[in-house]
Amino acid sequence: MPDPKNVEKMMLTGNAAAAWGVRLAEVDYIPAFPITPQTEIIEKLAKWIADEVMDGRFVNMDSEHSMITAAGAASATGVRTFTASSSQGFLYGFEMLYTVAGWRVPLVMVNVSRGLSSPITLEPDHNDVLAARDSGFLQIHCETCQEVLDSILMAYRLAEDKRVLLPVIVNLDGFYLSFTREPVEVPDVAMVRKFLPSYRPEHAFFKASQPMAQGVAALGGSLYSYFKYQMHLASQKALEVYKEVCGEFEKEFGRNYDTIESYMVDDAEYVLIMTNSFSTLGKVAVKKARENGIKAGLLRLRLFRPFPAADIKDAIHSKKAVAVLDQNISIGKGGILYSEIAGCLYNEKQRPLLLSFIAGLGGKNISQKEFEFIFDKMLEGDTEDVGMPRLLYTEAEWKEAAKLKEIAGRG
Amino acid sequence: MEKTPEAAPVRSIKDLPSEENILPGTPVCAGCGGLLTLRYCLKALGSNVVIVNAAGCFTLLSIYPFTPFKSSWLYTAMACAPAGAQGVRDALDVLIEKERLDPEDDLKVVVLTGDGAAYGMGLASTSAAIHRNLDFYYICYNNEAYGNTGFQQSEATPFGSKTGTTPPGKTSPAGKDFPEKDLFEIWNSHKPPYLATISPAHPVDLINKFKKAEKYRGPKLFIALSPCPPGWATDPSLSVKLAKLSVDTGIWALKESVYGEVEHTYIPKSFKPVEDYLKLQGRFAHLFKPTRQEETLKRIQEMVDDYWNRYKLLL
Ligand SMILES: Cc1ncc(C[n+]2csc(CCOP(=O)(O)OP(=O)(O)O)c2C)c(N)n1
Ligand code: SF4
Repeated sequence: MPDPKNVEKMMLTGNAAAAWGVRLAEVDYIPAFPITPQTEIIEKLAKWIADEVMDGRFVNMDSEHSMITAAGAASATGVRTFTASSSQGFLYGFEMLYTVAGWRVPLVMVNVSRGLSSPITLEPDHNDVLAARDSGFLQIHCETCQEVLDSILMAYRLAEDKRVLLPVIVNLDGFYLSFTREPVEVPDVAMVRKFLPSYRPEHAFFKASQPMAQGVAALGGSLYSYFKYQMHLASQKALEVYKEVCGEFEKEFGRNYDTIESYMVDDAEYVLIMTNSFSTLGKVAVKKARENGIKAGLLRLRLFRPFPAADIKDAIHSKKAVAVLDQNISIGKGGILYSEIAGCLYNEKQRPLLLSFIAGLGGKNISQKEFEFIFDKMLEGDTEDVGMPRLLYTEAEWKEAAKLKEIAGRG
Repeated sequence: MEKTPEAAPVRSIKDLPSEENILPGTPVCAGCGGLLTLRYCLKALGSNVVIVNAAGCFTLLSIYPFTPFKSSWLYTAMACAPAGAQGVRDALDVLIEKERLDPEDDLKVVVLTGDGAAYGMGLASTSAAIHRNLDFYYICYNNEAYGNTGFQQSEATPFGSKTGTTPPGKTSPAGKDFPEKDLFEIWNSHKPPYLATISPAHPVDLINKFKKAEKYRGPKLFIALSPCPPGWATDPSLSVKLAKLSVDTGIWALKESVYGEVEHTYIPKSFKPVEDYLKLQGRFAHLFKPTRQEETLKRIQEMVDDYWNRYKLLL
């Protein structure tokens, strides 16, 4: 457990907590490009570097495509590197997410989730970060500001581990977490150094005395597959490494972050599955459901890549019903998490009824009524169109939309 | 302006550095003018170099598990080699500053792209790197099209050229019916410390330009018109001759610019007619056969004359 003398309690937004994580990780290099709701992160870092409270280098790039390239290239040269984006910016640099992951460099990147255009919007859902699902980046999704700071430290440990050497995305929700102030324990840098020693690259670097070709072409399917399989195996290995990192983090800082968070799941019969900051709403709904005699629980996916299939199966295979709330939509299919969870349960002999709900797109609220509807469906054992996503929308929202259209003369 | 002392200029082809930093046995086409250019450039740059490459023919120089270079290499993507150079340069500086890299281990950062990347998709990232005064070299081998994908129109494709996507036809007898971008002028508007055009047929001029560029901290940019036998539909043995003709006809002006001040480094004593250059190349064959496209040929000659008149250098 940490000595309280070494920890300062601050009220921080999710963005500020991210910046603190980067500062404490003593990151060397930060190429940046602004986008709402990520800007506070990069502005804070720019200021700290300008004021020399942080010994890093900051550079304003011309786009996220360039930014991710510069970040990956710096990481490939051997410095600890950070960058951050969101939504449109994240997708603008998308080509380079796959590229940098293939370079096998330990870049850590924050994505502040925001719905994707069009229509252009500002508030969060997870289509942006989930688009990078297959890229090779590991993904950690956060619920609280504390978790954002802590996850950045863990992310560097994980990425820089020789058994992994894959970049990591730490995700937090725009507005709901990025701009929400919460009390955060900020450890001192000496404590962090014990957990996260400075980066000394052994695999990817550039120096005159040891020329190296990086990012080279691999022609023919067999060599291409060789490298892709290696990435996959390293990502799978990261599950095991993650548990070690988790254990050491807990020892040093007293907080535990498993691959999944099980909230009242142990004795639950009906479980919600959620991710990121809206899970807080889900937990409130679970408590209410318990008050009404429903044995409810919530499973929050924290580590999304590598996919902790075994942990998820363990947690839910014996439940009566599970509802996956996807705060994303794969147009023409449904919830992305739903498919993944259904996939990991398919070969289980015992498995729950699995229902799919789309909620919270573009930051749409998830009301208590909607949660009650979800629990009703689980309790009913609703098998009508099972597997088809239910698109949550309240009557009040429907009326509001109708009213606005009417005012605009489109009623 | 940061300068280091200037090395003595090379006077003749016999004085070219004998060192080779790219070794034989690459998969590029026979007679590739770009490769010859690169070979000369690397003689000038030495081997303490990291080449940051964009998608193009030269991406296939380093194919796992081989590389023909004595130096280091990083392939990025088509649009962003200068951004990759930024990351590498900054990281090397940070490592040296923090004493995690011996200054002896420092590298020159060299962007290597074709014209497709330089004139088009990578223009924003290049402009930004110049704007930030990034200390790097940029070598653009300009074969006047997207070579790697089989020779389609790029923003460097000249008026009158046939490419896979500018086929001469009823509506466009000339093939590409508007001229190329002037990348030299675009880059020069940023007033970089050093900018030059080079040619693989003028290695002495090329080497001396690199020697001169070496003195400056910041962007040092080079554009080489580089014959491309399969795309230009020419015999590989003609590449050097074509590079020479491009200069002697005035189509490719050899020049340099220091902080925006342009000077020509080689002015042909008398200019050969552009036809001498055009008629050797299959990509311009439609201008001569089945019927001579008189207007088009005249316009190409006029564009060249106008260029040199602008500088009052047409004798
Ligand atoms: C984003 C993207 N779009 C398209 C391509 C396909 N592509 C590969 S190389 C190339 C042409 C590059 O042309 P240029 O820069 O002139 O180099 P060259 O091929 O002539 O060497 C293209 C279009 C790509 N690799 N990446
Ligand atoms: S296509 Fe042209 S530029 Fe490309 S390798 Fe061949 S000759 Fe060189």
